[in-house]
Amino acid sequence: MAKDNMIQVENLTKMFGDFTAVNNISFEVGKGEVFGFLGANGAGKTTAMKMLIGISKPTHGAATVAGYNVLTEAELVKRNIGYMSQRFSLYNDLTIKENIVFFGGIYGLSSKDIKEKSQTMINELGLHDMTNSLVGSLPLGWKQKVAFSVALLHNPKIVFLDEPTGGVDPITRRQFWEMIYREANRGVTIFVTTHYMDEAEYCDRVSIMVAGKIEALDTPKNLKSQFRVDSMNQVFLKLARNIE
Amino acid sequence: MLPIIFVLPLIQLIILSNAATFEVKNIKFAYVDNDNTSFSRGLVEKFEASSYFNVVSQFPSEKLASKAMLQGKVDVILEIPSYFEKQLLKNKKADLSVIINAIDGAAAGVENVYINQIVQQFNKKAQVELFLFNNLGNQPQDIETIPSFWYNETLNYKTFMVPGILVLLVTMITLFLSGMNIVREKEIGTLEQINVTPIKKHQFIIGKLFPFLVLGMVLLTVGLIISKLLFHIPIVGSLSLMYLYTIIYILVILGMGLFISNFTDTQQQAMFIAWFFMVIFILMSGLFTPIESMPQWAQLLTEFNPIKYFVQVMRMVMLKGAGLSDIYPQVIKTFVFAIAMNTLAVISYKKTS
Repeated sequence: MAKDNMIQVENLTKMFGDFTAVNNISFEVGKGEVFGFLGANGAGKTTAMKMLIGISKPTHGAATVAGYNVLTEAELVKRNIGYMSQRFSLYNDLTIKENIVFFGGIYGLSSKDIKEKSQTMINELGLHDMTNSLVGSLPLGWKQKVAFSVALLHNPKIVFLDEPTGGVDPITRRQFWEMIYREANRGVTIFVTTHYMDEAEYCDRVSIMVAGKIEALDTPKNLKSQFRVDSMNQVFLKLARNIE
Repeated sequence: MLPIIFVLPLIQLIILSNAATFEVKNIKFAYVDNDNTSFSRGLVEKFEASSYFNVVSQFPSEKLASKAMLQGKVDVILEIPSYFEKQLLKNKKADLSVIINAIDGAAAGVENVYINQIVQQFNKKAQVELFLFNNLGNQPQDIETIPSFWYNETLNYKTFMVPGILVLLVTMITLFLSGMNIVREKEIGTLEQINVTPIKKHQFIIGKLFPFLVLGMVLLTVGLIISKLLFHIPIVGSLSLMYLYTIIYILVILGMGLFISNFTDTQQQAMFIAWFFMVIFILMSGLFTPIESMPQWAQLLTEFNPIKYFVQVMRMVMLKGAGLSDIYPQVIKTFVFAIAMNTLAVISYKKTS
């Protein structure tokens, strides 16, 4: 295992009864990398991700995240990762400020830290007028940006993003990816699932899951030349069709 | 949501406390007077004077009166036979026939007692008159019991019911809110976010308990104020003892609610299970029906009913002024339940699946 691998996955498998949702996948993600985790709906992306963030136990295989075993040290994994799910996961009936205080508190941040962090966050996002408005009243794009920032409150080494830009307009998506790059440049490892193939092009490396297996894993550039096409979209279609 | 949580139960308290009565009143009374003498009319007047009976009408025959009972117009029929007065004067003995609608057996029993009391009174008066009339000696001596009603001198049923209804409301609100709570977060998706944080299981459960505990105590306080101001329920015992016990009790209910919430996947399921327990707990709590009259196995089951202990404690402390030593068994049992339920709540909360 390379020293600065933040995620190391070996033969990870998850079965629900007879159904194999994740079938023997192996890969690693380096520090500061933006890793795109692609796949059709039902290909097993979310299940695989849930094993990596310690809320679902693998049936076979092993994975270490931020240096901790997801099976035996799940709580230590959780201390070192940030997570933002597909379903919007801040509390809608709390204000932005209250959400920050709440999640900051769970990670054991001091009130001084929370204050500083929320100030930086409010400045970066330009949220000055909205800190006391309920999260539920924000437009989706704003919610996702706030959720991303909250996921970063405790300075995690890795951030897992599960379809963070689903249903968001192109401009906000663009801004969101700028935020992702900013964090990657600060050394945070980004693990992101998406359905948007243009977003796949932004990733350092991309894996494509089909029916529980990783069928392709490389940089977008290499994948395109390997499949002799000129967009990730075509790579994806070719792979998915071949398997079917 | 907060106004709903407070206003609705208090309206229930006010409505139910006035309506949930075991007193048998306004009994629809009819009579058939085949005698029509001063004695028989005197008897009917006694019934008319009683506040328990509403004299609906007089029927010429027993047959017509029975028909009225069949139609639900009449609950009690008194039939005075012909020669009632004559028999009394001659034999010093006469029979009366009373027909009571006994579909509600308990009410029928009470009605029978009322009727007997009135007839007894009438009997006494008749004896005096007979004594004067016949000028006979050795009038029978009377043994009279003079009851003294402790803890609720005026036999006000509200004194009995209000503490119990208050118990129910506090229980229902706290059980339903806690039962819906975690499962609601499962549905919304925020629970997943919580599970990805390093929060400890017991921290999570304590965090869930606390707001509902405060809510339950506030509800109890408002309920007690209403009991005192509106219903003039005496609060004889120590308030701090009542509050101390209520804290332990609410922890039992909340632990149970959170346990249900952890076990279910949808709010519907949680609601259904909460109702299942609620109905059993209420009907087996001794609030509406005495536990002593239940079959043995049911009495055994009530040992595990937290509401039973809460009803007992509230009535004992509030109305009788019981101290800690009097409610010791209830406190210990409730405490054990609280530990058990909250342990279950913590164990059943799974951060990983």
